[in-house]
Amino acid sequence: MDGVCGQSVQVCGPDIGSKDDFETFVKQHMKAAYLTALGLVGNREDALELSQEAFFRAYKHYDQLNSKGKFFPWFYQILRNLCFSHLRKRRVRKTSSLDNVEEGGPEPEIGDHFDPETIAERNESKDRIWRAIGRLDEKHREVIILRHFRNLSYDDMAKLLFCNRGTVTSRLFYARQRLKEILEQESGASDAKCSAGEPRKGGQTL
Amino acid sequence: MTCQDHKDLMMAYLDDEMDDEHRRAFEGHLASCPECAKDLAQFKKLKEITDGVAFVEPEDRVWNEYWGGVYNRIERGTGWILFSVAAISLLIYGGFELIEGIIQDRTVGMLMKAGLLALLGGLAILLVSVARERVYFWSRDRYKDVRR
Repeated sequence: MDGVCGQSVQVCGPDIGSKDDFETFVKQHMKAAYLTALGLVGNREDALELSQEAFFRAYKHYDQLNSKGKFFPWFYQILRNLCFSHLRKRRVRKTSSLDNVEEGGPEPEIGDHFDPETIAERNESKDRIWRAIGRLDEKHREVIILRHFRNLSYDDMAKLLFCNRGTVTSRLFYARQRLKEILEQESGASDAKCSAGEPRKGGQTL
Repeated sequence: MTCQDHKDLMMAYLDDEMDDEHRRAFEGHLASCPECAKDLAQFKKLKEITDGVAFVEPEDRVWNEYWGGVYNRIERGTGWILFSVAAISLLIYGGFELIEGIIQDRTVGMLMKAGLLALLGGLAILLVSVARERVYFWSRDRYKDVRR
C-alpha cells in the first residue's frame, strides 16, 4: 500500500524495529493516516491527535502482531477504533450535558461536528454532502471515506475491513442510499422553510 | 436475476469494479428496466458530487511537526514505565523499612503491631488471590493462541 490507508494493500509488513525505521515509516504514511482519520472524525485537530496516537500504539504493540504481512489492516483497525471510540465519547459528553436534558433540546448528531472548513473549494452542495457524510453511521461513513477520499479498490477495502468483496459492495450500496435519503430530507426541510417565508440559498440537488 | 440482484451489482458498475461479462449483462438489464436506470442516474450524480469533495491540505508546519508528536508519545511512554517501576520499588522498600521499624519499636503497643500484621496478611492474601485468578483464566483462555 503506498499509504497506510492508500492505494493498494501491501502483502509484506514494514520494518519498524528501530526508532529510525519507524520515523521513516511514519513520515511515509502520515498523510494517508491523517486524511483517513479526518474523514472518520470530521475535524483537523482530532484527526491529527488520533492519527499520531495510532502510530504510537502500533509501535508499542508491534511485537504482538504475529503476521507482519497483516500490518496495514491491523494499523487501520487501530486507527478506526480510536476514531470511533473518540466519536462515541464525544456523543456521550454532549448528551449528558445538563443543558440538553433540562431544555429537552435535540440530541446532537455526529454530523454537527463535521467542520465544513475541512473541505477544499467549498460550495453549498459540497458542504451539504460533507454534513450528510457526517450523519451516516460509522460503517457506512467508513466505506464512503475509503472509496471516495482514499480511492481504494473494493479488494483493498475488503482486506482493510477484514470482510469479503460482497460485503463491501453491499455496504457501499446502503451507504449511498442513506446519503441520498439524508440529502433528500434536507432538501425537503429547506423547501418547507422556503414556503414558510425563509429565503432559500441556491444549491445543487440530486 | 431480480431487480434487487441488479441493484447489488449497481455499485460495482458505478465504480468500474465489474468485469466485461457482468457489465454487458447489467447494461442489458438497464435497457429494459427504467427503475434501475433512474436509480443509477441518481447514484451517478451523488458519486460526482462526492468525488468533487476534497480535504484542505494542512500547512507544511503540521507535517514538519508530525513526527515530533508521535516521538513525544513514545518518549513519555518510556518515561512513565521507568517512573512507575521506580515509584513502586521505592514504596515497597520504604513500606518494608517502616513496618520493620514499627515492629522492632518497643514503645508501640501489641494491638498496633497485630493490626499492622493483619493488614499486611490481608493484602498478601488479596494479591495471591488475584494472581491465581488471572493464571486460572489465562490457562483456560481458548483464544490466547489465536494469531492476530
